[in-house]
Amino acid sequence: MFKIKAEKDFQTGLIYVGLGALFMWFGQDYRMGTGARMGPGYFPIVLSGILIVLGLISIGRSFLVEGEKVGAIAWKPMGLTMAACIAFAVLLKPLGLIFSLAALCLISFRASQFFKIDRVAVIGLLGLIVFCVLVFVKGLGVPLPILGTLFEPYVPQWLIR
Amino acid sequence: MDILANLWLGLQVSLTADNLLYCLIGVFFGTAIGVLPGLGPAATIAMLLPATFAMPPVTALIMLAGIFYGAQYGGSTTAILVNLPGETSSVVTALDGYKMARQGKAGRALATAAIASFFAGTVCTLLIALFAPPLAEVALKFGPAEYFSLMVLGLVASIVLAHGSVLHALGMIIIGLMLGLVGTDVNSGAQRYAFGIPELSDGIGFVAVAMGMFGVGEIVANLENEGRRDLMISKVTGLMPTREDFRRMVAPVLRGTALGSVLGILPGGGAALASFGSYALEKRVSKYRHEMGNGAIEGVAGPEAANNAGAQMSFIPMLTLGIPSNPVMALMIGAMIIQGIQPGPQVMTSQPGLFWGLIASMWVGNLMLLILNLPLIGIWVRMITIPYHFLFPMILVFCAIGVFSLNNSTFDVYMMTAFGFIGYIFKKLDCEPAPLLLGFILGQQMEEYLRRALLLSKGDATVFITRPISAVMLVFAAVLLVLVLLPAFSKTRSEAFQDD
Repeated sequence: MFKIKAEKDFQTGLIYVGLGALFMWFGQDYRMGTGARMGPGYFPIVLSGILIVLGLISIGRSFLVEGEKVGAIAWKPMGLTMAACIAFAVLLKPLGLIFSLAALCLISFRASQFFKIDRVAVIGLLGLIVFCVLVFVKGLGVPLPILGTLFEPYVPQWLIR
Repeated sequence: MDILANLWLGLQVSLTADNLLYCLIGVFFGTAIGVLPGLGPAATIAMLLPATFAMPPVTALIMLAGIFYGAQYGGSTTAILVNLPGETSSVVTALDGYKMARQGKAGRALATAAIASFFAGTVCTLLIALFAPPLAEVALKFGPAEYFSLMVLGLVASIVLAHGSVLHALGMIIIGLMLGLVGTDVNSGAQRYAFGIPELSDGIGFVAVAMGMFGVGEIVANLENEGRRDLMISKVTGLMPTREDFRRMVAPVLRGTALGSVLGILPGGGAALASFGSYALEKRVSKYRHEMGNGAIEGVAGPEAANNAGAQMSFIPMLTLGIPSNPVMALMIGAMIIQGIQPGPQVMTSQPGLFWGLIASMWVGNLMLLILNLPLIGIWVRMITIPYHFLFPMILVFCAIGVFSLNNSTFDVYMMTAFGFIGYIFKKLDCEPAPLLLGFILGQQMEEYLRRALLLSKGDATVFITRPISAVMLVFAAVLLVLVLLPAFSKTRSEAFQDD
């Protein structure tokens, strides 16, 4: 009898209701206070309530008004992009900037359908790493280790920062 | 004359060697990212924010502002030369600009765009100088109730005038407001939604949110529609418009500037809406409307003047009220807060050098763009040909390093990654990231104003409708929301954004 006519509305509604419920669940621990003396819980609870209502309206609308389907999620580009950023963060301390940048680029490169390792790509990658080391670490003084803690005992200090 | 004295002060600030240099860097970067498809001013400003921490506040803002209006210039360059609008605001420029280029008039189209933008920029600098002080004067008299209502109005208007589903955008605002509350409550010191994670006790870093949603999320969305681009780059010859061109330019430029100035002040208005509006206007009133769409100079001059005017005027609500009307302004507010300046009407009196310096720098920057851009056209053309699969790893690298350097912690990198994911998923559901960022920036302030307003009224919520100014603003907000629900209006609204 009920048919979802607008997938996007329906799923957005679900997310809004879910997030609202989550915020409210954790928000109930905070003191509400009174109107005149708002506690830290007051505003979050009000906002979560509004969010849940908006979500419900969106779900309701999805049964009534014709709407669009949700397009396919591009899992490969998304997964690889996320993985590239996480790899950068994980590798930065132990291996240092050079390797974490290489990891970031090599993983994220694969997200593109035009990816291929050729001369241009390798030169570009090396150039980018040199540029980042010179500009960010040596130039701007961002405390990124050039080589990480794993290499620390074996290489001179100027290769660390 | 107060205005002249103020502008003089501003010029003195903006003409120091440092500020000139960073203004130049800003407009250069801005033009570059305007040229590069798939990288917008919001992501770029987020990326360059960490680099501005060491600068004096005025220098930082001058550079960031330069990126914003520089991007408008760059966007129109690609629109004209390769029919690829770099920014939404130059979509309509491509209609006639590209046709002109195909007819061998690329140089004249580019020059027309630059001259129209410069003219609009000059007028708007004067308009801001004229109107910002009285507006700030009024705003200084606002109490917490008025401010709260103003924020409600600003947020509502920003979604009504932008494209996409209004219902979903409202939800995004609420989520943004909630995320803005994460961390230590300024009033009670209580930890909210921090889950015992020490990095979260200072709140979620807004650079991580902005970079995630506008940088990383955007990359995934772009990769999804990755296609090989076959570019036909028109040869650029004959930069100087003819006497006839100049004659035909005058009226559209004036109309575009006027329209852009009005739309730009409105929250959510800004550059994109202004250029669409101007093109529609020219199509209706221009003497040469039969040529529109086939390389009419009016179709370049009008929208280009309008989008530059719109971009500049959107500084007014940000500078005088502390209300962001688009993501870029939200980032500017974030930059000010990081520099220790609370945005709002008091900035003009407490930091006159900063306020007027920034305004004067916009004129200086526009002049630089006019002089520099045409000779540099060769560089921009080469940049257009950089394929996206080389570009996006670089964007990721700069995002990752930039977000790390904020607190020198990898936590922010994880945060950015998470928001990249959230941004992409919401984009798939037609939920725009911009309202979330606006809400995020205003979250804490809004709560604080609500708290103070209710404290003063002893918990009586009717204070928002019994105080006249506050009531008017809330009524406006309500009317806007009702208007969107009316079928006739929503039809016009979707037509206005059909090219998006």
